[in-house]
Amino acid sequence: MFLMEALKKDRGGQVLLGVLLVLVIAVPLLNLLVPEGHALHVPTYTVTLMGKYLTLALLAVAVDLVWGYLGILTLGHAAFFALGGYAMGMYLMRQIGDRGVYGNPLLPDFMVFLNWDELPWFWLGFDQFWFAALMVLLVPGLLAFVFGALAFRSRVSGVYLSIITQALTYALMLAFYRNEMGFGGNNGLTDFKDILGFDLQADATRIGLFIASALALALGYLLCRVLMVSRLGRVCVAVRDAESRARFLGYRVENVKLGVFTVSAMLAGVAGALYVPQVGIINPNEFSPLNSIEVVVWVAVGGRATLYGAVVGALVINYAKSYFTAELPEIWLFALGGLFVLVTLLLPRGITGLLRRKEASA
Amino acid sequence: MTVASVFEQILDREHVYPFMQRAQSHHIDVSHQVLLYLEGISVSFDGFKAINDLNLYINDGELRCIIGPNGAGKTTMMDIITGKTRPDTGSAWFGQTINLLDMDEPAIAQAGIGRKFQKPTVFEFLTVAENLELAMEDDRTLWTILRSKLDAEQRDHLDQVLGMIGLADQRLQRAGSLSHGQKQWLEIGMLLMQRPRLLLVDEPVAGMTHQEMDRTAELLISLAGQHSVVVVEHDMDFVRNLAAGDRTVTVLHQGSVLAEGTMDEVQNNDKVVEVYLGE
Repeated sequence: MFLMEALKKDRGGQVLLGVLLVLVIAVPLLNLLVPEGHALHVPTYTVTLMGKYLTLALLAVAVDLVWGYLGILTLGHAAFFALGGYAMGMYLMRQIGDRGVYGNPLLPDFMVFLNWDELPWFWLGFDQFWFAALMVLLVPGLLAFVFGALAFRSRVSGVYLSIITQALTYALMLAFYRNEMGFGGNNGLTDFKDILGFDLQADATRIGLFIASALALALGYLLCRVLMVSRLGRVCVAVRDAESRARFLGYRVENVKLGVFTVSAMLAGVAGALYVPQVGIINPNEFSPLNSIEVVVWVAVGGRATLYGAVVGALVINYAKSYFTAELPEIWLFALGGLFVLVTLLLPRGITGLLRRKEASA
Repeated sequence: MTVASVFEQILDREHVYPFMQRAQSHHIDVSHQVLLYLEGISVSFDGFKAINDLNLYINDGELRCIIGPNGAGKTTMMDIITGKTRPDTGSAWFGQTINLLDMDEPAIAQAGIGRKFQKPTVFEFLTVAENLELAMEDDRTLWTILRSKLDAEQRDHLDQVLGMIGLADQRLQRAGSLSHGQKQWLEIGMLLMQRPRLLLVDEPVAGMTHQEMDRTAELLISLAGQHSVVVVEHDMDFVRNLAAGDRTVTVLHQGSVLAEGTMDEVQNNDKVVEVYLGE
């Protein structure tokens, strides 16, 4: 009931959820029922690509929640995404069992290669899907909670906060590059075989993952929307626009920031966990500072503080990225940079801002 | 803490350790008719004494005007009361039982001290009604903020305040689109929603027309009695208007109280004349 309430005045959200529903129904049908070679056939490769985009869109929604509504310009959200991804990767690694190159039933290949005798303690439990799923939420959530508690209590804000979030993801990247960490070093985790007993290479599994990604995006969107139409959402906007005023009204600004930041990190973790089985690898590059900055660009291009704008931005830019890196690889980074500059200068409210203005004038 | 002083504490029968003391009560005790005590407060920034041994008492239900030349420490004083600045020395008590120096801004606000800034500060992106809703006296924990909705009584209170500040027609308008004077009024309305025991009002009529000033004076006077109101203001006509009826006016100068009395007494005070005209 209250979901209806949350979506009542949200045209963008209604459209988004409608499109997701159509995709969830149409894409599997077009992939499975329409014969290959037919004009309407959607190849499995495209299904997986779309699933990947949807997980990135969920990451963008998570960033929009803290940047758009709370004004925290996070340049480290890819860290939470990657941690969620690693948690899922560890589960997938343990599912390989003795089918690895070295055939060790317990140890993943890279540990055998490093001459390790036993599984490190932090790999225990990851053979269970429920445990891995819990860690997908808990690990990013806990890191965000501890990081946020320290940062927000000491009232670090603005560009300083952006810099330390960037440092956070960079530090994690360096740590995960080390073989001794026990996460596969710079090769990361890969060569996955199956998830929940389903073959990862099978069309049906890929379609399942695509549907799961669409569902996660829809639920994540609804969660953020419900949060932001509540009084908490208005408090967030208040904190964003006049933090000290909110304090003098009696709001514990640091608690508001901490709560929303933690929720956002958990969403990013879920996005990462769905991303990994679809791309088939997770390595420390996912922590790279550039990734986090790119997410911010998606949100800016789509339009801040709308949530659906973040989805639009993520999809548009990632499609452009796939296109450019395939056709004109040298140009991609220039195109991305140029796009960011253009959007900032000409479309301060992003692509969706343009549509909203049209609607308002019509 | 030296060893000697520890021994002294142990041997002292009357010594009460902090952990033995009762937690702060939220009840405001005004049994001595005084709501706010500021005693011996000093604070300096980089060697400059912004507040110098300030002593100030505000009675329960009083309307007090505070005037003083620029740099007299008026805003710093408000910062200390609301927890933004920590004084170097001195004590600040809210009623008999609440020690303001132990609390941070949100705690002080929740204890019942509302503040209006010099520059009108409202949440520009939110509507007038939403601004008032956020200011409303209510539980401020995360979980309740997430779930709470206005109930009938709160809605009435909101409508009543909207009427008082004359913004009933603008209730769904974004606060950012209001005129300067309207924003000042909205901020005063936000204070009223908080139902504070003590209102600190910093230059409420800056940028207002004469008409608006008169209405503001009326409103502030009508608030005195149920709330204590402290008004810091430069505009002498406005202060004269407010302080009519033998209300107390305090003159601050170089961070301490120069004179205190009715408007007439203060205006005829030699030291005050010297400070305002002599230089």
